[in-house]
Amino acid sequence: MAKLARLHLDETELDEFTKQLGDVLEHAKDIESLDLEGVLPTAHPFGLVNVVRSDTVTASLQRDAVLRSAPDAENGRFAVPRIVGEAP
Amino acid sequence: MKTARDIAKNVNNGSSATLELEETLVRIKEQNDELNVFLYVDEQGARAAAQRVDEIVARGENAGPLAGVPIALKDNLCTVDVPTTCASKILDGWRPPYSATVVEKILAAGAVPVGKTNLDEFAMGSSTENSAFGPTRNPLDPSRVPGGSSGGSAAAVASQMTTLSLGSDTGGSIRQPAALCGIVGVKPTYGLVSRYGLVAFASSLDQIGPFASNVTDAATLLEAVAGHDSRDSTSLVEPSPSLVAHVEDGVKGRRVALVRELVDGADEDVVESVMKAVETLRAAGATIFELSIPELRLGLSAYYLIAPAEASSNLARFDGVRYGLRVDADDVAAMNEATRTAGFGKEVKRRIMLGTYALSAGYYDAYYGQALKVRTMTIEAFKRAYQQADLLIGATTPSVAFEFGSKTNDPMAMYLSDVFTIPTNLSGDAAISVPFGTGEADLPVGVQLLGPGRSEASLFSAARVLERADGRE
Repeated sequence: MAKLARLHLDETELDEFTKQLGDVLEHAKDIESLDLEGVLPTAHPFGLVNVVRSDTVTASLQRDAVLRSAPDAENGRFAVPRIVGEAP
Repeated sequence: MKTARDIAKNVNNGSSATLELEETLVRIKEQNDELNVFLYVDEQGARAAAQRVDEIVARGENAGPLAGVPIALKDNLCTVDVPTTCASKILDGWRPPYSATVVEKILAAGAVPVGKTNLDEFAMGSSTENSAFGPTRNPLDPSRVPGGSSGGSAAAVASQMTTLSLGSDTGGSIRQPAALCGIVGVKPTYGLVSRYGLVAFASSLDQIGPFASNVTDAATLLEAVAGHDSRDSTSLVEPSPSLVAHVEDGVKGRRVALVRELVDGADEDVVESVMKAVETLRAAGATIFELSIPELRLGLSAYYLIAPAEASSNLARFDGVRYGLRVDADDVAAMNEATRTAGFGKEVKRRIMLGTYALSAGYYDAYYGQALKVRTMTIEAFKRAYQQADLLIGATTPSVAFEFGSKTNDPMAMYLSDVFTIPTNLSGDAAISVPFGTGEADLPVGVQLLGPGRSEASLFSAARVLERADGRE
């Protein structure tokens, strides 16, 4: 799970988290076992769907302002380390 | 203490907003070292805002319903060019390129934002102990927590450093600290206040709301920040309600249900205050009856699957590319991991892991899917309750303010302090916490009033009845 979430946990943290998350999932058993056949899931409390706006150009954030607080930027873009590794 | 209404009235009549601000800055300097309420005080920005208000009044114009009122902002609300940290190391050095809609709205109403307040990292917690910048202390008893996650915003008002503040409430993060600090806190109807510029924790549950020392001021602030915003697609399109005009409406003829599940398990002193509040409303002309809503018992479990699931997705954006911190590594994946490992605190990591698990293939239906169905059950249960009752009443928290460290090693015990507030976030409805009476160690007790969506006016008028009966005119 830590790998999926792009987090590194040391051995102590792994033990601690395993127990604590187990406690939370134990508590979740009260809903895991409910028979909810036919109940629809809720994603938005008032059932809001598909909000659209008219297709007109409006002002947006300035590129420089957005890049100013980034850890690294180059030529008007966010800069990152190498993405694809070199061949072995 | 001066109320927001007094300050606005005086400032609009020519008294100086700048002077009001300077007094505020002195109070902050005197108290902030001990209480750790403010992560950042924007003296320059505040002085400019106060000066603008003074200039408007000098031109003979009205500077707005919050003219010259000092206000504190939870540090998960974006403020242009002013550091916004979410009390996390991962946003170290980040200055937002824009301000949240609520920040623009309070400025338009004449308020003077003085700084950014402490919180549990990314609003995940119930005590403000999860901040990367140290805990905030409860002004009423510095050995105890102020509650959380909006602990700094609650403490700013309770310590009288500022007259008003804004927080955010995902599972009780406004109401619980308001209760523990003895002030008024409101979780508005989902969509009533724009979330544009609120750093997202659990988007389907988050809502921005006011803190104030009294009901009328809370109504004034909520009225100023409510309203449709096209930049938040979940923002309600209906016109904002009139709130201040209804504060003195009373509760005559109103049907109020005492909900068993919202007092069961609370300490005796808390239950006693709720019972007194019930009798107060009855004496003021409300019809009182008891109600059981068993579905509410499932709220906590559903919440601690839904909120972490949404959080794990929302916090994926903190990857060392666009904001704040980056820990260098050879390739992007290693940089992402190194940055997130160094930048996030323990509770945030716990919830990201929990959410990742709840959303992962093979567990999705059993956990997240099931939790969304329980959410539907909660909504339906509230709907049935609101056919019989206009308002519901219960406790805000199971106990008065607790001591530092008493729940930090047991996340489940900490999560349980939100058991009475969480159901309202699941249903998207409105609720208010109002101080009423005292409990253990003479600490304040918060009574919670709940109503259907857009019932804020009615909640304020009932809360006002309790406030008067508790000796605060």
